[in-house]
Amino acid sequence: MRRLRRLLRAATRSILKNRMRSLLTSLGVIIGVAAVIVMVGIGAGAQADVEAQISSLGVNSIIIFPERGHSANVSLAAGTQNKLTLDDARRVEEEATLLSGVSPVVRTNAQIVGGSGNWNTHVYGVSPAYLDIRAWKIASGELFTERDVRVKAKVALLGKTIVDELFDGEDPIGEQIRVGKTPFKVIGTLSEKGQSPWGSDYDDVVLVPVTTGLYRLAGGRYISMINVGARSLDESDAAIEEVTEILRNSHRLQPGEEDGFRIYSQADLMETATETQRVMTLLLGAVAAVSLIVGGIGIMNIMLVSVTERTREIGIRLAVGARSSDVLAQFLTESVVLSLIGGAIGTALAYTVTHILNNVVGMTTVVRPSVVFLAFGFAGAIGVFFGYYPARKAALLNPIDALRHE
Amino acid sequence: MSSVIETRGITKDYVVGEMIVRALRGVDFEVTAGEFVAIMGASGSGKSTLMNVLGCLDKPTSGDYFLDGTDVSGLTRDQYADIRNQRLGFVFQTYNLLARTSALDNVELPLFYDHSSRIENPRASAIEALERVGLADRLDHEPNELSGGQQQRVAIARALVNRPAIILADEPTGNLDSRTSVDVMSVFQDLNDQGITILLVTHEPDIAEYTRRIIVMRDGRIVGDRPVHDRRNAKKNLEAMPDADDLYLKDDPTYEGLVRP
Repeated sequence: MRRLRRLLRAATRSILKNRMRSLLTSLGVIIGVAAVIVMVGIGAGAQADVEAQISSLGVNSIIIFPERGHSANVSLAAGTQNKLTLDDARRVEEEATLLSGVSPVVRTNAQIVGGSGNWNTHVYGVSPAYLDIRAWKIASGELFTERDVRVKAKVALLGKTIVDELFDGEDPIGEQIRVGKTPFKVIGTLSEKGQSPWGSDYDDVVLVPVTTGLYRLAGGRYISMINVGARSLDESDAAIEEVTEILRNSHRLQPGEEDGFRIYSQADLMETATETQRVMTLLLGAVAAVSLIVGGIGIMNIMLVSVTERTREIGIRLAVGARSSDVLAQFLTESVVLSLIGGAIGTALAYTVTHILNNVVGMTTVVRPSVVFLAFGFAGAIGVFFGYYPARKAALLNPIDALRHE
Repeated sequence: MSSVIETRGITKDYVVGEMIVRALRGVDFEVTAGEFVAIMGASGSGKSTLMNVLGCLDKPTSGDYFLDGTDVSGLTRDQYADIRNQRLGFVFQTYNLLARTSALDNVELPLFYDHSSRIENPRASAIEALERVGLADRLDHEPNELSGGQQQRVAIARALVNRPAIILADEPTGNLDSRTSVDVMSVFQDLNDQGITILLVTHEPDIAEYTRRIIVMRDGRIVGDRPVHDRRNAKKNLEAMPDADDLYLKDDPTYEGLVRP
C-alpha cells in the first residue's frame, strides 16, 4: 500500500515535470474516451427515441395474421381454418377476458381521388376500437360508429399525409373523395404519427369501417388480420395464449393440429427494432473504440521516447539498487496514470459535447454511467497494455550501458 | 580485521565484433574494513571494469568475488540489485543525480528501493546523510542549483544513506577543479576517519595520495600495491589553497547577491 502510494507519487511527479508533453500524450486517449462516450450516447439516444415512438404507437398491441403458404402440411383440413373471418374477430371479442379491445382489419391498396389530386395509399377497414388499440388520435372531426360499421357506411378518416397530398393540408372534413370507384365522405383526420421504426409512413393511411372495407372495397370474405390490445404489457403473453385458444376453438382444431395463424405482439416488434438500434450503437461504439486504441498507441510511442530520453535516469535507479520489477512498475504506473488522466478529461469532454448536442443542436443523447465506467476502465487497460512494452524495455536495460548513455 | 572485498582470479572478457578484449586477466586482492584504497592506472588498464565488477553492476567471466563475506559470483539480476542497494554505495564521476529532484529526494532514492525496509525512517536518514557531508542547509536545492562540488557531496550522501559495507567511487574528482577536488577528498577522509571503507578509482596521483593504500593496474592485472605512509591531509591543504571567493569577493558589498543561494 505504501509502495503503491510512492509509485503513484513518483508517477505524478514525473508527469507534472513534463506537463505539455503529458497532455499531448493523453490527447489520443482523451479523444478516444470522449468519442466512445458520445458515440454510444448518440446511439442510445436514437434507441430511446425509437422506444418512445413505439410505445406511443401502443405497446400492448397484438396482431393475428392468417398463415400463408402452408401447402406442404398434410394435416390441413379442408375449410377455412387457414383464413380469418369477421366471425373469428367477433368470437375473440366476445370470449376474451384479457383484452382492452378487438378490431378486425381489412387492408387494401387503392387509388384515391379527391380535393386537388389523387394518391395511391393503404386503406384500412377497421372497427372503432382500432384507434385505442394503436394509440392513434383523432386530429379533427370524429370517428365512425358501430352503426356505421353495421350499415357499411361510406365514411373515411384520413391520415396526415393524405390530407397534405389531396387537400394541401386544409381541413377536408365534409369533402367527398373516391376510393377506387366508391365515393366516401371524409368525417375526420388522424393526428400525425411519423414513421414506423422500420421506415414506413404511419400517416399515409385511410381508415374506413371494417365492413365497408371488406364488402365494398376488398370484395371478399376474409379479413387481413385481427388487431387486439392487451390490457397491459405484462399480460401480453397470457392474452396471446387466450386468443390462440379461442381461435383454435373457432377453427375446430384438434390438439396437435397446426394453428394456421400467427401472432405478433408489438412487444416482439419493439424488441426487434431496439435490437437493430443496439447493433447500431455497438457499431458506433466499436468505431470509437478504435480511436481509443489509436490513442493507446500514442501513449506507447511517447513512453518509448521517454524511456530512451530517461535512459540515464533509469541507469541511476538501477545503480542504487532498483530491481527490474521496480523500474517496470514505475513506468507502467506512469502510463496508466497518464491514460486515466486522459480518461478523466475525455469523460468531462464527452459530457460537455453531449450537453451541447442535447441543448444546442437538439439531438437526443443518453450517457449511461455504465458506458462511462467502461470507457474509463478501457482507458486504464490501454495504459497497462501499451505501457507494458516500453516499461519492460526500461526494466531490462543494462545498468552500465544506461549510465553511459548520453 | 574482516575483509570487505576479496577477489580470487577475477577475469572479464568482452566480445567486440570478432575480437575478444580481455579487460581483466586475473585480479586477486583484498580490502579490509576501514581501509581507504585508491586504484590507479592508465585508461584501458581495466580499473573501470574492475569497479563495475566490484560494484555488482557487471558479472565477472570467471573467478570468485566475496563481498562482506558473501559469495556474490552466481547471483541473479534481482539479487545483484539488492546487494547494490543494501551493501554498496556509489559515487560517479558525473555525479549522476536525478535532475529536477531535490537533494533530499536524491539522497532518499536508494531507500525507496530497499525491499528489506531495514531503515525505519528514510527521510530522517537522508537528512542525516546530507548533514554528514555538510549540506544540511541545501536539502531542497535541485542539482542545477548546486555547484559541482556540492553535487558530488549530495552523491556521497546518497552513497552513505543505506549504511553500506563499502563506498565505491569512480573518478569522483574527474569533473572538478583542483580546489573542489581536495574539498571532496576531505569529505572522504572524514568519512574514512569515522570508520567507513572507501575504494576509489583515479588517474591523478596527487588525489591518490589522500588515501591510505594505492593499487596500480596495468593491462588487466594488479602491478603494484603499496600503503601510503605520508597521507596528505585534505583539510590542511584546503586551508593553504587560495579561494577565489576569498581573494576577490569577500570584501565586496555586493558579494551576497552574486553567490547562488
